[in-house]
Amino acid sequence: MRLTAITMAVALSAGMAVADTVAPTQVTYGEYGAIETSLSGQVGDAERGRELMIARGKGNCIACHAVEALSDAPFHGEVGPPLDAVGSYRSPAELRGIVANAKMTFPETVMPAFYKTTGFIRPGDGYTGKAAEGELDPILTAQEIEDVVAFLMTLQGS
Amino acid sequence: AAFAGGADDDTLVINGEIEMTTKADAPEHMEGTGIDQVISGWHFRADETQQIQMDDFENQGMIFVDQAINTWNTAEGSAGQSCADCHNDPESMAGVTATYPKWNEDAGEVRTVQMQVNDCRVNRMGAEPWPYDAAPAINMEALIASQSRGMPVDVAIDGPAAETWEQGKDIYYTRYGQLELACASCHEENYGNYIRADHLSQGQINGFPTYRLKNAKLNGAHSRFKGCVRDTRAETFATGSPEFVALELYVKSRGNGLSVEGPSVRN
Ligand code: HEC
Ligand code: HEC
Ligand code: HEC
Repeated sequence: MRLTAITMAVALSAGMAVADTVAPTQVTYGEYGAIETSLSGQVGDAERGRELMIARGKGNCIACHAVEALSDAPFHGEVGPPLDAVGSYRSPAELRGIVANAKMTFPETVMPAFYKTTGFIRPGDGYTGKAAEGELDPILTAQEIEDVVAFLMTLQGS
Repeated sequence: AAFAGGADDDTLVINGEIEMTTKADAPEHMEGTGIDQVISGWHFRADETQQIQMDDFENQGMIFVDQAINTWNTAEGSAGQSCADCHNDPESMAGVTATYPKWNEDAGEVRTVQMQVNDCRVNRMGAEPWPYDAAPAINMEALIASQSRGMPVDVAIDGPAAETWEQGKDIYYTRYGQLELACASCHEENYGNYIRADHLSQGQINGFPTYRLKNAKLNGAHSRFKGCVRDTRAETFATGSPEFVALELYVKSRGNGLSVEGPSVRN
């Protein structure tokens, strides 16, 4: 009985999360590229964000950014700035905007947009080199963006 | 570029005798790109990898060149002829790689070395064309390249080749795929920086074909382009496609002045 109740509660909140999710094409960016409210309607999980920053098929953020707090994962890139203190001088709204679509904050930047599904030239099916079929998924889901933002907020420098 | 290594200051001499120009003033057409010196990809590799290229006995790419010498001397196709029957020694190919891709007046198109070789195979030897960048084709391209080692790359980009060159330039600056990255994003804006474990070079092709330690065979420029485009989460172009022929001409022209190095060694 209790198990059923818990399962139902989880199912319910998951349903609500979907209902509150802002679709990639519906995101409102501020004048300088910030996104004020959670894309999933939920708070982020910094631990999951940490994993997404490292994972190659997901954020793979360390391909371009050095992050001391992630030094257990090898090979950090130099294409973008180190992020060690980014949580101390950027707000969650700014970080959400940068991770979702950095070009709204830094026009022409090489940083990819992680919450964008349209407007690409020759989009592929992941890393297969083949053409994408049907609608694209964003590289990170709404909740994953929130998770990454939560992790970035833990980076307060030393 | 906080702790970027950039290009190193080593000197590339092959077998203690062929001196390579691995850094050169950027060609005129690169004005405005922010690059005033063009640099061979050799300078961005680790010392161990660099050294392998300095001695033909260590450069495993040369094993494939030897295989191509056999092919060169072997008659094939309905005409019963070999490359050697018409072209004598492979040395007759000196200078070819330095100037290809090149406009072919009769065909009315820009041709890569592989296209030209296949033209001989099909129309003069009566043999099957080799699939693009497949082993026999890339090995032969390496044999031909090795005859130009040390000569400066000097491809023509004007006259009838201009249109193809422009097309290649457009491709170079197009931000493909879900990651929206152009060749220029990595190889013009970020050479010298690390991206994950890879030290970004200028993406020059003066060293092609390239023997890669990673897959232990010779790799063609189009195959490399394909891998780079795929990594942007894009639909790639095919090896041998008109798009990659144009891109090869454009990228090669960015290395005008660098020595032909093929077959080079990379990781
Ligand atoms: C292909 C390279 C690349 C990747 C991958 C990448 N970034 Fe960036 N990022 C950059 C660059 C370059 C900048 C600097 C902005 C500019 O272009 O001026 C930047 C800027 C940022 C900033 C702003 C830093 C500041 O000081 O204000 C944040 C935050 C950030 N990135 C987070 C991330 C996260 C999180 C990920 C992964 C989910 C990621 N980046 C993936 C290249 C990248
Ligand atoms: C029956 C004669 C014949 C055979 C066999 C032949 N070729 Fe050719 N090849 C030619 C002629 C003729 C040309 C055009 C004139 C020239 O550039 O020498 C040519 C041109 C070329 C060129 C372009 C040279 C340049 O300077 O632009 C290459 C490369 C080439 N051949 C490679 C090969 C290879 C490799 C083979 C064997 C797989 C081969 N050819 C077999 C006759 C032949
Ligand atoms: C996401 C980054 C990225 C993009 C975009 C990219 N490349 Fe690369 N490329 C690399 C990396 C990493 C390497 C391996 C290290 C090196 O030599 O730079 C490489 C290697 C190369 C090489 C081999 C250089 C040598 O000396 O062996 C060539 C040629 C090349 N790229 C051309 C291109 C072209 C042309 C494009 C566009 C169609 C392109 N690349 C797009 C990352 C990229």
